Amino acid sequence: MPILEVRNLTTRFGGLTALDNVSISIEQGEIHGLIGPNGAGKSTIFKNIAGFVHPTSGEVLFEGQNITGHKPNWIANLGVVRTFQETVLFQELSVFDNVLIGIHNEARTNVFAALFGLDRAKQNQAKLKAEEVLNFMGLSERAEQIAGELPLGSKRALAIAISLASNPRLILLDEPFAGMNSEESSHVMELIRKVRDSDVTIILVEHNMKVVMGLCDRLSVLNFGALLAQGTPQEVRNNPEVISAYLGGETQ
Amino acid sequence: MLNNKLYTVIGIGLILAFLVILPHFLRYHHQDFMIFLVINVLVVASYRLVTLTGEWSLIHAVMMGVGAYTSALLTKNFDVSFWLGLPLAGVVSGLVAAALCYPLFRMTQFYFLIGSFAAGEAIRLTWIHFIRPFGGSSGISGIPSPELLDIDFLEPIPYFYLTLIIVVVCLLILYRIEKSRIGLTLHAVHWQASLAESVGVNTWNYRSLAFIIGSLFVGIAGALKVHYIGTVTPNQFDIGFMVFILIWVIVGGYRTFYGAILGAVVLSILDDIFREFAELRPALYGAVLIIFILYLPTGLEYLPQKLRKVFQRGISV
Repeated sequence: MPILEVRNLTTRFGGLTALDNVSISIEQGEIHGLIGPNGAGKSTIFKNIAGFVHPTSGEVLFEGQNITGHKPNWIANLGVVRTFQETVLFQELSVFDNVLIGIHNEARTNVFAALFGLDRAKQNQAKLKAEEVLNFMGLSERAEQIAGELPLGSKRALAIAISLASNPRLILLDEPFAGMNSEESSHVMELIRKVRDSDVTIILVEHNMKVVMGLCDRLSVLNFGALLAQGTPQEVRNNPEVISAYLGGETQ
Repeated sequence: MLNNKLYTVIGIGLILAFLVILPHFLRYHHQDFMIFLVINVLVVASYRLVTLTGEWSLIHAVMMGVGAYTSALLTKNFDVSFWLGLPLAGVVSGLVAAALCYPLFRMTQFYFLIGSFAAGEAIRLTWIHFIRPFGGSSGISGIPSPELLDIDFLEPIPYFYLTLIIVVVCLLILYRIEKSRIGLTLHAVHWQASLAESVGVNTWNYRSLAFIIGSLFVGIAGALKVHYIGTVTPNQFDIGFMVFILIWVIVGGYRTFYGAILGAVVLSILDDIFREFAELRPALYGAVLIIFILYLPTGLEYLPQKLRKVFQRGISV
């Protein structure tokens, strides 16, 4: 059974059809790339999966369970977590606290427990876990730094760390390589592979073809809101429709 | 770290000791003033919980009134003692806030501001229009003062101590909530609601929680106030008072726990000093506000940091 199935998803914003009957299935443990020109509907798929936008028709199934139309926090607690374009972080907080917020489901508490320190064991455990996640993402040395002051590569790593802290089964990465130089890119690529190897499935939207071809196990190509092709990077690269619609000379 | 904590504890201890001794050296009017000042500290500290989520409401003053009316009605009409009326004032304010969450938190930002104002006015006008039991625009008078042993709580000094104890306990609770996991999550809801949602935070729940707890404590502040004055009227909690709360928070700063408290204390003291200038008082108050906002736009809370920087620079030279 695929970990995520998008079935006949259609999303209209007023008169604009952002997604037109798109079906994609994501296998457990893969790194799946969503590519396509600007406005092809990649981000809209993400928003649909994570519950930030509700589809006009069609459904999203996560591990066989229908999650269509649910709220983002509900979906997140099932294990589907998205990161954001640009660098959406808790800019004013330390790197450590950023990750700590990610551990919401395990560390949530109530007013009485918080007042009388009844949740101390739980909170200490959350702190240990935050350290673990930071270590895993290679951010330990920056733990006390303010998130807004990090270099770009570390910000992206932190964004992944926050989502990782919430125990996801599936992470949706929105353009994790935008604006990065090749050194930073290869660092983040490594991190993403490492996350995948810890049994987390990854879907990513990305424009950088070099990264996409090198990192993804399979790709889905969107054009004008419709699915154009699906397959391994090799298959997609050689698909004539894809070449004419999108890749053009870019990969040569 | 430990040192900082120690200094904070010593500092707070000194402030408390000062507050305990101070009223004995003051005239009657200033003893009164101290009581209201301490109550207003609780008002802004409880409002802080609401602003932590990034939403500025205009209903906080009215929630204070809900607590005040609750305790006034219970103690006067049902012979409930002050000691029960006070916590019930908080509970009822919290419950009214809980009931308002559903409509109010469907709005955000500017709409929330206006929505909260409308809800507050609806409650306040209810007090004015329902002469029974709220007493209309002249309100309720003859609210009994607390009874405990032989202490005369009509005198300002005993009542000041009572207020001080209750407010300090409330501040401790509010501070602990802010420094707990809940406070961290409220911060997350404020600065990146979508990111918070995407890691599983129910932002609606946390906004509501902050609003309910904030209302609960301001309800207690309201009860404390009217049991001293002996009367409660709808005008004590009108938009004019709400504007004062906003000014205290903005001038004091809303990034630290003590910012708003500092704002309330400094501005109230200045306002009282300007009393001597009679008709010039509003003009002076306005001028001071403008100066603060111009030269300390990040709030009075920034002043200690600024001074510390200057101080440290002095040492290193």
